[in-house]
Amino acid sequence: MSRLANTLRAYPTLLRIGFSEMLAYRAEMLVWILATTMPLVNLALWHTVAEGGKIGRFGQTELIGYFLSAFIVRQVTGSWVVWEMNQEIRSGRFSMRLLRPIHPLIAYTAENLAAIPLRAALSLPVALIALGLVGGAGFLKDPALVPAVLLAIFGSWLISFLNQALMGCMAFFLESSMSLVYIWTALFYGLSGYFFPLEFLSLKTPRATAILHGLPFYYMLGFPVEVVLGQHDRGEVLRGLGVEYAWVAFLLTLTLVLWRAGIRRWNAYGA
Amino acid sequence: MLGRYVRLLWIQLRTSLTTSMQYRWDFLVEGLMAGVFALLALLPLWVFQSTTRTLEGWTFPEMVVVVGWFTLLKGILDGAVNPALMEVVERIRQGTLDFVLLKPADAQFLVSTTKFVPWKVVDVLTGVLVLAYGFTSLGRWPMPLHVLVALVLLVSSCLVLYSIWILVVSAAFWVVRLDNLAYLFTSLFDFARWPVTVFRGAVQLFFTFVIPIALMTTYPAMALLGKLSPRTGLLAVAGAMLFATLARLVWLKAISKYTSASS
Repeated sequence: MSRLANTLRAYPTLLRIGFSEMLAYRAEMLVWILATTMPLVNLALWHTVAEGGKIGRFGQTELIGYFLSAFIVRQVTGSWVVWEMNQEIRSGRFSMRLLRPIHPLIAYTAENLAAIPLRAALSLPVALIALGLVGGAGFLKDPALVPAVLLAIFGSWLISFLNQALMGCMAFFLESSMSLVYIWTALFYGLSGYFFPLEFLSLKTPRATAILHGLPFYYMLGFPVEVVLGQHDRGEVLRGLGVEYAWVAFLLTLTLVLWRAGIRRWNAYGA
Repeated sequence: MLGRYVRLLWIQLRTSLTTSMQYRWDFLVEGLMAGVFALLALLPLWVFQSTTRTLEGWTFPEMVVVVGWFTLLKGILDGAVNPALMEVVERIRQGTLDFVLLKPADAQFLVSTTKFVPWKVVDVLTGVLVLAYGFTSLGRWPMPLHVLVALVLLVSSCLVLYSIWILVVSAAFWVVRLDNLAYLFTSLFDFARWPVTVFRGAVQLFFTFVIPIALMTTYPAMALLGKLSPRTGLLAVAGAMLFATLARLVWLKAISKYTSASS
């Protein structure tokens, strides 16, 4: 119990340190944000396609709202813990983490969470300027759903963090788990709604959208974005959040199991 | 003179090849991922096809040709242009560029050939496959003359990309930290996967003249499809030449200003 109290006491400090570290790299951060061109690349395509009329529920203004929100959600839910774990485990610096009186995974969450304010502060103006240039888009009307937006975005961050931590734990067993990251990224690009709103798929295969709504990728991008745009009523949002947090729980369990096994192996061979 | 440079190029290539052979597992994964990412680039087009619309006169198979060309060019860029020039930026920062400048050969040649990533060949091949897919669904094959024009444009666009890089590197002599700018440029290149007509107004002008993605993918694809007017083609090649000359001049100017990392 005292360990939990310790963690709680240390957490704000960890966040503050993380934030200062991010601040030191603010120029790099801005470049990373500007380099996230993929939503705009795809917006360009669909915006022109939609000149001929709406595609499903999406006309030109809805598409602008969709891809700009996707840009923001992508910015604030990103994490990089797998890179860090890979490096630290390979170089042996990881032992330092184990010496500290705080669970390394918790410390990683602090480092990654601390980036969110700066990322939001840098990316929101970019999106707002873009929004101003194209002249507005429709967003959600039901005020009761505002907390749901936050929950959906936080869940998206959790999925992305836990998944990366999971792949980071693989580095205890493999030489490098970066190839897994590539595969996950590819799946994310294809299945999350990063390239187009997932409902476009039902134009081709009606069942596809329903299947994708069961996978975690949709909850990393498509779902929070659609909630922001107010495309789901309360019931649908609740159901979506249910699936989203079920994935969070699943990934959390898996990460903890793999973490235990990994640490045992690390203590035997690595340190 | 020329023979010496050909021999030098061969030596540099062989060094890169030997280095990359150490990581065979990476070769496999990278190759596989190249294929997957090319397929991913097709995904939006498949969805586009199901809307049964055309895009400013571009049909689905024609857009596949653009994506194919994009993949091919990206392979060349990531395999033969980017790695070497990334390396220079790093060397300028560390001060080890001096060793290159001491060598009795043209410095621009040496820095441009220091590093190749041979396994990007897989990307190039994937690009060719995507092109083949595009033409199969189009139901006809490009005429030899058109292929020739496209190849000339390929050389021009590589020249332009390379020149942009040389300009970036030259700038690094003055401002040192530039790997980020390079990164930004690479992500802008992603816009080249669609025909340039997707963009409107000022953005289209930007992508035609400032960052000429039109020259890089749209024009070669149009050439392959037999839709490119000779005048546009010639102008594109002339523009590329001009750009390369400019880059060379800026490089010479920059290198004469260079005073190592410590001084």
